Amino acid sequence: MSVTQDSHDSQDSTDKPAVAGAVETSTKLASHLHPAGSFDLADHPVPNGREEVWRFTPLKRLRGLHDGTFTEGGKGSVEIDAPGEVTVERVGRDDPRLGTVYTPNDRVSAQAWQSFEQARVISVPAEAELERPILVNVTGEGTGPDATFHHLLVDVGAHARATVVVRHQGHAVRAGNTEIRVGDGANLTFVSVQDWDDDAVHLAHLHAEVGRDASYRQALVSIGGDLVRISSSVEYAGPGGEAELLGLYFADAGQHLEHRLFVDHNAPKTRSNVDYKGALQGQGAHSVWIGDVLIRQVAEGIETYESNRNLVLTDGCQADSVPNLEIETGEIEGAGHASTTGRFDDQQLFYLQSRGIDADEARRLVVHGFFADIIRRIGVTEIRDELMRTVEGELERSVGTPLASGGAR
Amino acid sequence: MSILEIRDLHVSVDASDRGDEPIPILNGVDLTIKAGQTHAIMGPNGSGKSTLAYSIAGHPKYQVTAGTVTLDGADVLSMSVDERARAGLFLAMQYPVEVPGVSVSNFLRTAKTAIDGQPPKLRTWVKDVNTAMERVKMDTAFSTRSVNEGFSGGEKKRHEIVQLEVLNPKVAILDETDSGLDIDALKVVAGGVNRFREQEDRGVLLITHYTRILRYIKPDFVHVFVGGRIAEEGGPELADRLEAEGYDRYVAAAS
Repeated sequence: MSVTQDSHDSQDSTDKPAVAGAVETSTKLASHLHPAGSFDLADHPVPNGREEVWRFTPLKRLRGLHDGTFTEGGKGSVEIDAPGEVTVERVGRDDPRLGTVYTPNDRVSAQAWQSFEQARVISVPAEAELERPILVNVTGEGTGPDATFHHLLVDVGAHARATVVVRHQGHAVRAGNTEIRVGDGANLTFVSVQDWDDDAVHLAHLHAEVGRDASYRQALVSIGGDLVRISSSVEYAGPGGEAELLGLYFADAGQHLEHRLFVDHNAPKTRSNVDYKGALQGQGAHSVWIGDVLIRQVAEGIETYESNRNLVLTDGCQADSVPNLEIETGEIEGAGHASTTGRFDDQQLFYLQSRGIDADEARRLVVHGFFADIIRRIGVTEIRDELMRTVEGELERSVGTPLASGGAR
Repeated sequence: MSILEIRDLHVSVDASDRGDEPIPILNGVDLTIKAGQTHAIMGPNGSGKSTLAYSIAGHPKYQVTAGTVTLDGADVLSMSVDERARAGLFLAMQYPVEVPGVSVSNFLRTAKTAIDGQPPKLRTWVKDVNTAMERVKMDTAFSTRSVNEGFSGGEKKRHEIVQLEVLNPKVAILDETDSGLDIDALKVVAGGVNRFREQEDRGVLLITHYTRILRYIKPDFVHVFVGGRIAEEGGPELADRLEAEGYDRYVAAAS
């Protein structure tokens, strides 16, 4: 059986072409949405914006990361604070471990691979049980358009248990790749918070290889920056692995926040659950969520579900949400997806206000309710309060009036 | 003693979404609701009954072009929607709004806190809410569900009555709370309104198309609403006459 589903849910969207390339069916084994990658930049043509993987991204705002016209010399720092049993290294491009998990599969990812000077490698020994998270603080210290490139490898040994929290702050024009290997039976929680200054541009690719019976939980939180585009992909190194990919984003006026998920069920009895929630407010706030799941012929007995929910708080926002399922075997436990875009409109505001709740509190109530469960499920107590405060902070910035949605009768 | 006074109220509805000028709906409404009184407003569809309710509550779609509304002498029309609620007004809506993601229990607690100016006492709060729900035969499991989301029409109306009981305003306006209810649900809802009325110092403005609910909630005054104003006023006997004769007489006179 070969089925591809596509749906497109867009708010205040202008007409967009259908995902023509995504709806054909085929018997080939590889995903036609995600062709094999390449380390060679020349194998990745400069995008023109009409490609399926670039059509939602405003190329003009990439500061030349996509076509080689960027300027080098951006400044920034990376601080890593890890428990004693963890090895943290700074290695050269020739380190043989680099590129063993992930091969760049788009132009900017290949550019980052070609341009980084030194990589960071974080290794958690087998069977280690870390008592506190590994903290990675990335601070952009640039002021202009100069770019930085980075590469990170996180290697978690078999049956180890670890949490990594990456925080991005400051100003940067940054592109990079993160390779994550979760060893057999290991358990890794990987959180990445994008809380950049308003003018930052950040394109990243995270790729995780989930070992046999391993458990991988990832949470991407994108709040700040002019343009943030994160591609996150998962494949399995053996049967029985599970991946939970959670996301939270809050797009303000003029912000472009894009998350592209790809789960490659290339092993039997594997599980994946993708759940992203986003809020949008202000003129020109734009979010993009692409959720691709490929169930290969070999992947019998797998279970997958992906969900994206958007909450539009004001007029002038656009939420694009495209779930895709490519199914090459019917012998599975389950596969499904959901995508919704809800509005906090003036009727809801009136209802809450008519019960004595003022407008700010009403908005807060709705946004809290919307995000509370996803923040709880991220499950890292160290950052739970921080995330709630961050959401609060976004609400403080709130501009614009709730949506008009017709009046009362 | 609370008193809601409506004087010469003129209201237009915003039609700018259709590119039209505002359309006058209310053409001079005079009504005084004193504590302890229940007033029924009856009228045909399109007579402006609901516009009166939403105008008092402050819905932004409606523009007051003339007249005054005061609650215990305070100018209601200068207040925001939430200020009106905190001043003691409550509108039970014909079409309660769904608010996904906000649980009923969180909603009720936030509203109660806003109305009272302080959080309710934890010790008694859950019991109070559960009691209010049980009284209208609403499963307390609704506490954890999103406000009105997926509720049936009857469940939404019961939830409105739960709010009436928990928030306990000075004056309650019930906008066609009876519409779409079967007889059992109607009795349950009427019971909630009657418990509210039994308290001292509470006013009720009951807006309805049908006389049915007036068998369970006895009004002190009945007003016939036609063409955006009150066409006739009387006691409960007026409702009986409307049931027998319908609105045709008034509609014909107004047109």
